[in-house]
Amino acid sequence: MSPYEDLIIDHWRNPRNKGTLPDPDVDVTEANVPCGDVLRLQLKVRDGVAEDVRFDGRGCAISMASASLLTEMIKGKKLEELREMREEDLLDALGGVIKPRLKCALLPYRTLRKALQALGVRERSGSP
Amino acid sequence: MKDVRADFPILARGVGGRPLVYLDSAATSQKPRVVIEAEARFYREANANVHRGLYALSVGATELYEGARRKVAAFIGAAPEEVIFTRGTTESLNALAYSLGEARVGPGDEILVTVMEHHANLVPWQLLAQRKGARLLAVGITPEGELDLEEFKRKLSSRTRIVAVTHVSNVLGTVNPIPEISRMAHAVGATVVVDAAQSVPHMAVRVEELGCDFLAFSGHKMLGPTGIGVLWGKRELLEELPPFLTGGEMIREVWIDRATWNDPPYKFEAGTPPIAQAVGLGAAVDYLAELGMDEVRRHEEELVALALEGLLARDYVEVYGPVDPDARGGVVAFNLRGIHPHDVATLLDQEGIAIRAGHHCAQPLHRLLGVPASCRVSVYVYNTADEVKLFLEALDRVWESLGG
Repeated sequence: MSPYEDLIIDHWRNPRNKGTLPDPDVDVTEANVPCGDVLRLQLKVRDGVAEDVRFDGRGCAISMASASLLTEMIKGKKLEELREMREEDLLDALGGVIKPRLKCALLPYRTLRKALQALGVRERSGSP
Repeated sequence: MKDVRADFPILARGVGGRPLVYLDSAATSQKPRVVIEAEARFYREANANVHRGLYALSVGATELYEGARRKVAAFIGAAPEEVIFTRGTTESLNALAYSLGEARVGPGDEILVTVMEHHANLVPWQLLAQRKGARLLAVGITPEGELDLEEFKRKLSSRTRIVAVTHVSNVLGTVNPIPEISRMAHAVGATVVVDAAQSVPHMAVRVEELGCDFLAFSGHKMLGPTGIGVLWGKRELLEELPPFLTGGEMIREVWIDRATWNDPPYKFEAGTPPIAQAVGLGAAVDYLAELGMDEVRRHEEELVALALEGLLARDYVEVYGPVDPDARGGVVAFNLRGIHPHDVATLLDQEGIAIRAGHHCAQPLHRLLGVPASCRVSVYVYNTADEVKLFLEALDRVWESLGG
């Protein structure tokens, strides 16, 4: 497995849902401080559905491609469904990530959890 | 320089089916067979505790340990009793900050450092300043990446008790003018502490020429084992300073309510020391001395010049530090425009090329450079011009896939 599958290169070069929303219902930022990776995630929610989503930030190709891919995965989904999403779902969608770079790949996942928390969505059952 | 690659067993291994191109010796160096064997032989044939036993095996182990001390001392032009074995540069500097701080620093005193210090030569002084109510001041760098000596002169005063400075920056590669710094610092009565982790392994260092009071370096960056380092200090200062760890060989006499100390260097070597590691370091020093440190320096200058030339010729690369190889040690830090250093390191690793990416334990310097992190290549005796060329070609492929 190469750490830079075509999918990652594609999302890095052509990020989806990049930018900001005029009137988001939630707007959170997370960072990997030692690497300097910063990710901002915004959601527009209607009737319990993540109707629109944007991300912005700077960082390595893996973190930014992962953020782009995550926005595709969550757009149009119910918050209940997002609550059930696991780290592995994102890593599998990325085609696997080498161990030293897991932290980069999972920054968007951590940011999403922070957004859900800000929206008052309870942690999924059985999670720590 | 003669080809030494066959002396380093690890260089024969591959990474993912490709030859290993190791360009991270500033983090830790690889080990020649003579060092690996010296340490293994000590355990096979000579192992015993030192300084205590009255039996032949212990006497022999002590002689090997003290022999290593004499070798290291000769390597830096010092007296053996001024060479303290520690766990590494970080421990040397932390211990010194404690002892020197106890003896010499009080409220209102000043400690002068530089923005290019490794955290190990910054944070211990921060803590000391906080403990003693002293002030910590930092000297900046010029646009060329050299220490700003004018600022140094401005910040140096009769309040300065300690000047702590790196000999060679582990990011910029800058070689600092320690003799000049020592002269100026001594003129105001300050004690000069030099972090030599990136200089002693790579160039001829004589403590007398540097003129400093203390010098710290690590064994594992100079072909030796991990777990062994050195704190060198002037004898009269070592006699004055209090110990930082107590118990074991550092003791002379103990009563229930008090104790007295052994002479330097033993006064600063509490507990059982890293004996086999010292013996390994002694073998490393023999190996380097045999190559000749001027020859080592010349070899690295050639490779650094090649790397610098190649990096500066690529418009997608930003290089940090002096552009003149003479003004540098064996490290070159850089970034690819718009690409995170971790991506560069991961992609180079796919080609078997090991480089460092991160803040290299120098966060204040990176903040000053305006980047969260950088890539760093560093060379040593076993690296070749072909490896530097391979690295530069691979960099073009990284840029092709992620840049532009």
